[in-house]
Amino acid sequence: MRIKAEAISKRFGDFTALDDVSLEVPQGGLTALLGPSGSGKSTLLRIIAGLEEPDEGTVRIAGQDVTHARPQDRGIGFVFQHYAAFAHMSVFENVAFGLRIRKRKPAQTRARVEELLALVGLTQWAGQRPHQLSGGQRQRMALARALAVEPQVLLLDEPFGALDSGVRAELRRWLRRLHDEQGVTTVLVTHDQEEAMEVADTIAVMNRGTIEQVGAPRVVYDKPASPFVMGFLGPVSTIDGRLVRPHDVSLSLTDGPGLIEAMVKRVVHLGFEVRIELELTGGEPARAQLTRAQSEELELAPGDIVFVQPPARSVVSGDPAEAAAAAAGEDADAQPLNA
Amino acid sequence: MVVSRRTTLSLRLLALLYLTLLLLAPLVIVFWRTFEYGFATAWAFMTTPAAVSAFWLSVLIAAIAVPLNTIFGVGAALVLARSSAPRVGKGVLDALVDLPFIVSPVIAGLALLLVYGQGGWFGSVFLNNGIRIIYAVPGMVIATVFVSLPFVVREVTPVLREVGDEQEQAAATLGASSWQTFWRVTLPTIRWGVAYGVVLTTARALGEIGAVLVVSANVAGSTLTLPLLLYQRDEQIGSRVTTSVYALATELAVLSVAVLLLMTVFGSRREEAR
Amino acid sequence: MLYLSVIVVIPLAAVLVKAFSSGLGTLWSSIDNTLTLRALAITLGASLIVAAIGAVMGTLVAWVLVRDSFPGKRVVNSLIDLPFALPTIVAGLTLIALYGPDSPVGIHLAYTRGAVIVALLFVTLPFVARSVQPVLLELDREVEEAAASLGASNATTFRRIVLPALRPAIFSGAALAFARSVGEFGSLALIAGKVQIASIVIYADIENGSEQSAAALSVVLMVISLLVLFVIRRFGARVGR
Repeated sequence: MRIKAEAISKRFGDFTALDDVSLEVPQGGLTALLGPSGSGKSTLLRIIAGLEEPDEGTVRIAGQDVTHARPQDRGIGFVFQHYAAFAHMSVFENVAFGLRIRKRKPAQTRARVEELLALVGLTQWAGQRPHQLSGGQRQRMALARALAVEPQVLLLDEPFGALDSGVRAELRRWLRRLHDEQGVTTVLVTHDQEEAMEVADTIAVMNRGTIEQVGAPRVVYDKPASPFVMGFLGPVSTIDGRLVRPHDVSLSLTDGPGLIEAMVKRVVHLGFEVRIELELTGGEPARAQLTRAQSEELELAPGDIVFVQPPARSVVSGDPAEAAAAAAGEDADAQPLNA
Repeated sequence: MVVSRRTTLSLRLLALLYLTLLLLAPLVIVFWRTFEYGFATAWAFMTTPAAVSAFWLSVLIAAIAVPLNTIFGVGAALVLARSSAPRVGKGVLDALVDLPFIVSPVIAGLALLLVYGQGGWFGSVFLNNGIRIIYAVPGMVIATVFVSLPFVVREVTPVLREVGDEQEQAAATLGASSWQTFWRVTLPTIRWGVAYGVVLTTARALGEIGAVLVVSANVAGSTLTLPLLLYQRDEQIGSRVTTSVYALATELAVLSVAVLLLMTVFGSRREEAR
Repeated sequence: MLYLSVIVVIPLAAVLVKAFSSGLGTLWSSIDNTLTLRALAITLGASLIVAAIGAVMGTLVAWVLVRDSFPGKRVVNSLIDLPFALPTIVAGLTLIALYGPDSPVGIHLAYTRGAVIVALLFVTLPFVARSVQPVLLELDREVEEAAASLGASNATTFRRIVLPALRPAIFSGAALAFARSVGEFGSLALIAGKVQIASIVIYADIENGSEQSAAALSVVLMVISLLVLFVIRRFGARVGR
């Protein structure tokens, strides 16, 4: 079922959470709302769910205007960051909840619940209480619970945010597989760009209450629409006033016309890649990323002087400082893929 | 801090001594004095017609006051912890609920007397319709409701605040109506808080003396609760307390110990649920 | 809200009205006489003593319950709530049994201020202990260990690290004990005798039909209690209950 949010605005007191935001999610697609905290992504999701009401704008699900409808009436499934498990009920009863509310026949309910528990791999945990499960298991239960009533739309609010990174990675892949099998229109909120890139068909990058770009993962990464998007999606260096990705930085041991001198500060071996931390002549830091082969060829060591080819033109135009700020926010979550 | 064994033992001894002298020893003496002249005598004093009707009156009043305050308590807790009412309104509600706690019971009795008694604000309205409130059971019920008002609210509100409303949001997304959500999700979550609050309310209702003394007619057999009977027997006897009084005290004390046991059980269930 | 009004708000308002009914002058003179002032002084004095002793002993009891372990500790822990469960009039009676004229151990405290204080200590025992216990449980032991590693003796650590952390809770508990003591009636009804306690004076006034002076004194007590409550909210700890 298609989701169409148009011209959504939402304010909390003085703070503008969403400013004239529009988004369309195609049927059967998996869209990620990606952005830092405060960008408005959770607010947008909750407005689509009906857990918040927008100050302006409309929400349509499957063509119907649900802007002022209650969550109960929207045919959605919602998964919360901290699971929102019914602590006093067993795993079975949790998953069965939506069906019991709709007064389905016990036999039907039982069949559906067992089907879903098998799907999420929790069959032998059916009689346990949520507090006896691990975080990852609880979230899988929450997913099963949301899917039990066959929602038109599945909404996930930072579903893996409270889990360890290993569990997070595993559940991410598992979610994608589940989506491919079930085909429910899904919207996922996350601040983790790697997660968005891995899982989603489409990424909507949000910042300070607006959507900066919507596109496939490859597109937002290679052709960012703004410095913010570039900095948020991956690491960025500023060379000669232009923004470039570390893996696009080319180094040479010999000087040449137009090349910029830089000193190697650190060589970090990350197993399959090598990261070179440089200081350019002006004192600004920059990063290059080389394959092992390239690195062995150059044989760099701290203190060496190298020469950097400035990018021909910037991938994106705009304020490099903004990109740096966005990247700094991301650095905190050290992603090996882009080191 | 790693405290020396000697200090630990002295502190322990001091604390236990204090508790024994203040709590245990007096209780033991009461039990002793009750059964000083044999179990039969004590039992006789506990089963006089006055004592029996006092017992049942206490139970009746509690049976009315407790459910009323429980329903009110849960409702008020929901307003305080869940509703989007203005903060000022909630503050007022919070303060009002605490009033019975800080007001002396005799003041409560006086207040009710002034409003519902003869010459009181509403007194004439009721009296003209043949309904006696003050110096009759209805007044005692209202007095008991007053003094035992806060307990359920104060036990349930923090539980609601601590648990948060995410489970209730989840229930909404799964299709549950407000009533279904309350019944299937909210209520089971707060049940031990409610249980504990109910026990405290019951204890207070059964043991109330101050307010009820003011609004009751003190006529044996009709409007005496157990605590009132105890008071009256003591007054009649004069300076030295006799078995008849001790017997009633024991009866009440036994009820209290039962209450205490329930408090302990529900209290720990409440802690576990956290 | 209607429920609340009928039961609580209107009656209390009536007390206020009655107190002021014969004018401010009469109100003042009902309070400003020897009997009433003495009753107030005795009540407040006793309540302060009880709050002070209660603060110390309550903290001691809480400490032993949290930091120590011995067989039967759980029973003792439950016992602390006894004053909450026991009817106040029975509390008064049990104390006469032990310390009154019939006392088996020969202590005769009844009808004296000592009796009043002991009764109030009984009734207010749980307040400080239960207020301090959760704070003590939550206390980060590592802070004390750090102090020890820096050379602080136990007494110093207690004085400079533990006690300041407990102060708000002790204060709240003691203030609650004070407020409760000021209004306490049931446990004192049988034992106060000639000692003039404010609540008993109010009762006597009601019985004598002097409702106006009863109301006047009631207003004074309510004001005191409200003040104490206000102070607790401002300066005390966030008590869990």
